[in-house]
Amino acid sequence: MCLGIPAQIVEILDPEAKTAKADIGGVRRIVSCALLEGEAQLGEWVLVHVGFALDRIDEEQANETLQLLSDMGEAYERELAGIRASAGESSKGAA
Amino acid sequence: MKYVDEFRSGELARALASELEQAMPLGRELAIMEVCGGHTHAIYKHGIDELLPRGLELVHGPGCPVCVIPVGRVDDAVSLALEPNVIFTTFGDMMRVPGSKGSLLDARSRGADVRMVYSPLDALELARANPERELIFFAIGFETTAPSTAVTLLQARDEAISNFSVFCNHVTIGPPLRAILDAPELRLDGLIAPGHVSAVIGSRPYEFIASEYGRPVVVAGFEPLDILQSVLMLVRQLAAGRAEVENQYTRVVRENGNPRALEAIEQTMELRDSFEWRGLGSIPRSGLRLRDEFAGWDAERRYKVPGLSVPDHKACQCGQVLRGLVKPWECKVFGTACTPERPIGTCMVSAEGACAAYYNYGRNRPTRRDKIQA
Ligand code: SF4
Repeated sequence: MCLGIPAQIVEILDPEAKTAKADIGGVRRIVSCALLEGEAQLGEWVLVHVGFALDRIDEEQANETLQLLSDMGEAYERELAGIRASAGESSKGAA
Repeated sequence: MKYVDEFRSGELARALASELEQAMPLGRELAIMEVCGGHTHAIYKHGIDELLPRGLELVHGPGCPVCVIPVGRVDDAVSLALEPNVIFTTFGDMMRVPGSKGSLLDARSRGADVRMVYSPLDALELARANPERELIFFAIGFETTAPSTAVTLLQARDEAISNFSVFCNHVTIGPPLRAILDAPELRLDGLIAPGHVSAVIGSRPYEFIASEYGRPVVVAGFEPLDILQSVLMLVRQLAAGRAEVENQYTRVVRENGNPRALEAIEQTMELRDSFEWRGLGSIPRSGLRLRDEFAGWDAERRYKVPGLSVPDHKACQCGQVLRGLVKPWECKVFGTACTPERPIGTCMVSAEGACAAYYNYGRNRPTRRDKIQA
């Protein structure tokens, strides 16, 4: 669970509540951008941990990290399964 | 650049390994601790341990948030989950950790409403969606995770969501490292510090390891080459007699960390006088609890928890594994009575635990290197 996973911001939902939709390894879910400095921008890459964007990262690094994480197997799969399992609920909530 | 391919082809990795070999100070045995469970996992997955030169040993540290939660806190969680009208939420791995009266999963089969969430925000959402129920979130994790709980609490306060509370088990990374460095049984030459915790706290909190203990520290990313490069940076420092905090993971970690995240923790939580760790005992000022302003969202104040200190299962050596004193395969029940499917201790539950990493990647006996070093 201590993995941070690179994700791309694909939709800004509520700039006030600092929520955005992010694509995390092919799964889309709402993330909080409350910990980022300044506003999240469309297309930006961030490091997501338990539903929060911890920091910005650049795209090249993001892709390398993603590739390696998927290569790490189980830990990454569990993390994604967790996101998948939760994605439905939270999108309903914020809609 | 494609890290994976280059690592697989082995060229870059082999080049790094041979540089490491040359950098090793002659006639010295070096023990380097990788603090973070994410690193432990990557090391065994990619076989980095087999690339290291003779005389250099990696020792696994306490940086697996699930692993360090003691039996007593699991029992407290089970007791909270069994409170009437409660929906008890936690991260997946935590559900399988055995307490003295079973795990949270066992509590669920006894009728408790225990649910897995990916984020504390999902727990808050469940509270919004079920106003007639009481929602408790079992918060665990180091400084990487604490800010997420903190922001969720701030949100609960701002929206006046009163049927939500947090069972706070957040911990800080500095004090257990100090405890390990102070312990006489283990001599460590240097530390690989965790990248993602450091994205929050920065690299500065490790300064004491260099200045007070004279040991070098390198903050490292999670790719195999990151880890190998960090080991090389440490060995170079040791060979040159330097002890500094270096940052290999500059693409994410800054010296001062993420100020917003630190502020969110500061606003909502404060240090406990002491907190019990699996294997390390009670460590002063090492755990976080909610501030008085958040008493209304604090599960420990809203409910009665047993709050007992409960010893580990007799057969389990997680405590020594977490302090780097015992290799997982040295535990008598490793891979027999204790497996990831039926874990006895926390180190076998989490994918980041050392026992699970050894088990999953077939390190179930001493390797050639271990025999040489034994
Ligand atoms: S193998 Fe199981 S029982 Fe032994 S130390 Fe590891 S987690 Fe504990």
